[in-house]
Parts: sequence; structure tokens; C-alpha cells
Amino acid sequence: MIRSLIAVALVGLSALAVATFPRSVLVFLLFQGSLLYVFKARMPDPLRWGLLATSLLVLMPTIGYFNSYYLEVATQVGIFVALALGLNIVVGLAGLLDLGYVAFFAVGAYSWAILGSPHANVIFGGETFPLAGWWFYVFLFVGLGTAAITGILLGLPVLRLHGDYLAIVTLGFGEVIRVLANNLDKPINFTNGPKGITPISRPPTPFGIPYGEFFYFLALLIVVAVIVVNRRLEDSHIGRAWEAIREDELAARAMGVSLVRMKLMAFACGASFAGVMGVLFSAKQVFINPESFTFLESIGVLAMVILGGMGSIPGAIVGATVVTVLNLQVLKGFSLWLNELKNAGVTVLGYSLADLPTQFEPAKYERMVFGIILVLMMIFRPQGIFPARRRQRELAK
Amino acid sequence: MDVDLLIGIFPQVLLDGITLGFMYALIALGYTMVYGVLEFINFAHSEIFIFGAFVGVEVLLGLKSIGLLDGLPWPLVLILALVVGMGASGLLAVTVERIAYRPLRGAPRLIPLISAIGISFFLQDLIRLVESLWRNAFNLVYPTMDVLNLRFELSETIDVSVKSLVVIGGALLMLWALHLIVNRTKVGTAIRAVAEDQAAASLMGIDVNRIISLTFLIGGAMGGAAGVLFGVQYGLINPYSGFIPGLKAFTAAVLGGIGNIPGAMLGGLVLGLLEAFAAAYLSLLTGGAFGAEYKDILAFSMLILILIFRPKGLLGEVVRERA
Repeated sequence: MIRSLIAVALVGLSALAVATFPRSVLVFLLFQGSLLYVFKARMPDPLRWGLLATSLLVLMPTIGYFNSYYLEVATQVGIFVALALGLNIVVGLAGLLDLGYVAFFAVGAYSWAILGSPHANVIFGGETFPLAGWWFYVFLFVGLGTAAITGILLGLPVLRLHGDYLAIVTLGFGEVIRVLANNLDKPINFTNGPKGITPISRPPTPFGIPYGEFFYFLALLIVVAVIVVNRRLEDSHIGRAWEAIREDELAARAMGVSLVRMKLMAFACGASFAGVMGVLFSAKQVFINPESFTFLESIGVLAMVILGGMGSIPGAIVGATVVTVLNLQVLKGFSLWLNELKNAGVTVLGYSLADLPTQFEPAKYERMVFGIILVLMMIFRPQGIFPARRRQRELAK
Repeated sequence: MDVDLLIGIFPQVLLDGITLGFMYALIALGYTMVYGVLEFINFAHSEIFIFGAFVGVEVLLGLKSIGLLDGLPWPLVLILALVVGMGASGLLAVTVERIAYRPLRGAPRLIPLISAIGISFFLQDLIRLVESLWRNAFNLVYPTMDVLNLRFELSETIDVSVKSLVVIGGALLMLWALHLIVNRTKVGTAIRAVAEDQAAASLMGIDVNRIISLTFLIGGAMGGAAGVLFGVQYGLINPYSGFIPGLKAFTAAVLGGIGNIPGAMLGGLVLGLLEAFAAAYLSLLTGGAFGAEYKDILAFSMLILILIFRPKGLLGEVVRERA
């Protein structure tokens, strides 16, 4: 009872605070923290889900109405939650370490970017393109399919590899996709090389919702769909088969698990989530180029999964939120704050901050953040913040 | 197609390929030695390599600032940079092993690999952080030394720069020294014993942890030497430029047969030659449709193909896989 009251108060107050101080990063973090509290604390389920739904469906868009930047952050979080959940299937459930995961995101993004922009005319000739905006909704599924097929194509040759060799090969595959995106501007100009593709069409929105809100709700919808699919898979015979493969391939095979089918299915499922989000991402950004699909992004998504706990759905969600917010808000916020101090001529312990080298920009150190997360988690808590139930029991033994 | 041109550039491409190949070979040694004793891909080795390059440039810039860069004889300057770079990289490798790998020994295989990836990313930004604070720049240029840029013209189409000779000579020296250490000394025997069977080696009175540290030290030092030579050869370095050569060198190690020291050298040379030829000829042969950038794809596709069809590599070290 007390917890329920605390939860309601927390959500209400923090939302109010965000509306009052629209520029404060700390307050927004408090709001996100209160959602986490609602999720974890003991309280009646209807209240929990009611609170979460209100926060995500009503409060968040309202906050976004006052400060569209927060809505952008929330949309990004949504995109990365879906990616983390996709990678969670491949790495967490099936135990196949995929270091080139962002390639599938790229495949989805480019599928809509090419056909949803005038660029396709360069390839096919004529004036047919860009496709009308409503095709975007079709392409959510096309992107899903294309990415799934790419996943199977990658999966086929690497079926025989395990562990770290698989990791390196998927890394190589991710790099190949990026190099292709960078260089396929000749002999036929498919991707327009490093210059990227723009303008990518945006779909007509239902009821004329503004785009910021539209992409937020769409991302939320996809995330919910992905969570539902994930939950259903986890407890199905497919999910069990994946976990059996992760624990012991030989034993799984002896029990009649078809390694080929199950591994390909893991790659295809994981890839398809990334594909859908890729389509959304390209429409949201209007412009994409290969820079958005580097190894750094793959490792970022991996860090999210590891932080939350491999194989755990709430873990992947929390991990994605924390890492995205850390990158988008904390690092950048720290950068801005430092700049303000510098301009104000503040001195710390007799050292004038104005003397700080100009090349020192805290916002650029996301690799360091990912690195620290990965190493510390591996050494001190390999099961993650919110370990999967099965794994928790295992490690408690 | 201009056949004369194709034949004419051949010796030059060969030379470039050999230079590149020796560099890959030096880096590949670090991967292969560690894999030999621990069966573990030291993902952070590419940063240990580029760390050597940064220490080397700091030594040269330091000498320059006190006016000794041109004051001392140039081989001495280079040897100084090499030795300091090797020492620093070797110590870094040992430290990384102590902090991030040793606590994870015996854990499921993916765990140390993920930790190594984390270290790799961490080191990239750590180098950037330190250089940004220290020099307010993290893209550093090796100071030019006139001797190194001298070129001997052998014929109209071929010239040999002192740089490439330094790289090839330096690499050969390192490889020879490594060969002596591994095959002719007691420590080398211990390293080989630990690679063969850790438990049995420890029963024979070998301090396995010390030998593993030593392996990281030697592998790291080779990487550091490669880093300094890389800087001398290409001039411009940044904290992230170790990643791709590292990945290529890993490919070379796998190509030669991972865990196998002569294999790493052979693999490095083969890969270096292949890349140099791809870079020079792809564009010419396809009429400009595919540029030199595709050499990366070539290297990675080769890695995938070897792992699938001949995972034991050219020299056939048996690869034991634990899932």
C-alpha cells in the first residue's frame, strides 16, 4: 500500500518537476527512475501497468509538448530498446555473440532510404520515386523481411563456428556491410557512398499528429510488439531450444534440437527487430549515411544487453535506457556544464577551467563509457543488473 | 587495358606488400602467442599496438623539443623510440591481463572476450583523453626525419624508400629475436610447455601465471614495435587507427594457423601482399568500378572463408574449440 502511494507520488511529482524545469537533465533522470521504481516495486499489477501506461502514453508526450528534445531522447531510447531486445535473442538466449548487429539495422534503414527518396531514380531511371509516403507502413514489414533474410544469409556460412570465432566473423560481416554502404556509389550508385541519402520521405500521420509525437508512439508500439514477441518466444519450445544451445550444443543436439534451424531462426528473429527499427530510423532522420552504422553502434547495443543482463527482457530495456540516456544526456550535459563553467571563468583548486584544452570534449567519450560498462560488468556482475530468472537461479547455486 | 602499366608497377606493389606484410606479422604475433597459451582472442591487442605508436611519437616529439632529433644519429633515435614503445606496450599488455583477464580465467569463453572488447574501447578513449589534455590534439603526426624520406631509384618505376627498409629491417630483427627467445631459451621452453598443457606445465614446476604475464609482455612488445614502425611508415596516427590493422593482423594470425608463431609471420606476409595487390590492381582491372577500398572486404571475406573451410590455417595448427 505504502509502496503504491510512493510510486504514484513519485511519478506525479517527477512529471510535474520535468514540466516545471524543462531544462534540467537531473529531473528528467528522476522521471525515468520513477518508472523503473514502478516496474520493480511490489504493488498490485493493475496499478503498476496503469501507472506505466499513463506515464508512457500521456505524461511523456505532454512533457515532449513542452520540450521536444525529451521526446527525441525517448524515441531514441525506444529505438535502442528494440535493438537491445533483438540482440538479446541472439546473444542472451541463443548464446551467439554477434558483433555486427548494427548491419541489420543498416539493411532496414537503407531499404526505405533508397526507395523512399528520389535517390532510387538514379538506380532505376525514370521519375517513379520517391514512393508515396504511405508505402512507409509497408516498408516496416519489408525492412523486417529484408533484415531477416540478411540474418539467415549471415547465419548459413557461420553455422559451424562457435564462441569467439563466430564473434570475429560477425564483426567482419558488419564491417563488410559498412564498407559496401560506403563504396556502392559506383559502378551503380546504390547507396550514394559516404555522402548518404536525403531527403527520405516521411509517412502521412494518422490524425495529423506532429512528427515528433508520431515517431515516439510508433517506436513505443514497435517496442511493445517486440516485447510481446520476445516474451512469447522465451517460454516457447523455440526459446527453450535456444537456451539449450547456449548451455551445451552437443547435449541440445542429442535431445533432438535442430541446430541449423534454431540458430538461423535466432539470427533471423534478432535481425528482423533491427530491420523494422532501421526503417523507422531512416524516416525519422530524413538523412542517413554509413556513419550511423559503425562497429561502435554494435558494441553500444551489446553494452546495453550486458548491462541489463544477458537473456533478460527487463534487463535489455533498462540497459538500453541507461546507456542511451548516459550518452545523450549525461555526457552531453556534462560537456555543456563544463563549457558554461569555462565561459564563466571558474577556477577549481587554483586551476582556471578556461585553460582546459579545447580538444577535451566529454561528450565524445562514449567508447570509454561502453568500455567501462563491459569490463566492470564482466568482472563483478556477469549476470547483469536484472538477471534472467533462469540464470539467476543457476548462479545462486 | 594497359598491360605495360600492370607489369610496370608490379615490383613496387610487391615491395609495398612486403612492408605491410611484415607489419601485420609483428602485430599478429601478439594475437597468436596469447591464443597459444590461453585460447583467447586478445581483442585489445590493436590498442596495445597503437599505444606503441603514441609512445613512439611522444619520444620523437620529446627529442625534437630538446633539439636532439637532428642532433643524435638517426638510427639511435629510431632505436630509442622503438625500445621505449616496446617497453610501454609490453607493460600495458601485462597490466591489462592482470586487471581484466586474469580474474575471468576459467569463466565461460565469451566473458573474457567481452571484457577484452571493453578494454579495447576504453583504451582508445583513454589515449584520446590523455593526448587531448597533454597536447590538445589526438591526431598526431610523426616528426619528419629527412633520412627516412630518401628514396633510391632502382629503375623508372621502382623506388625504395629508407622508411620501408627500416620497417622491413626492424620487423626482421624482432622476428629473429622472438625466434631465439621462444626456441633457444629456458623461458621459451616454458612458454611452449604452457601452451601445450597448462596443468602438466605447472606440475613440472613452471609458474604458469608468470609465463602468461611474460607472454603478454612479449606479444605486447612486438605490437608496440609494430606501432612505432607503423607511425614511421604512415606518419599520421590517431587513437582509433589501430582497430582495422589489428583486425587484419588477427586475420593474418588465423590465416597462418592461430597459436602458431611461424604461421603468424607467413599469414601476415600473405595478407599484406594480397592487400597491396588488391589496392593497386582492383581499380585498374575493373576499369575503376571497384576501388582500393574493397581491400578491406577482401581481407574480411578471406577471414570468413578460412574459418569456414580451413579453420586450422595454412600451417595447420590444430584449433581446439570450446564453445
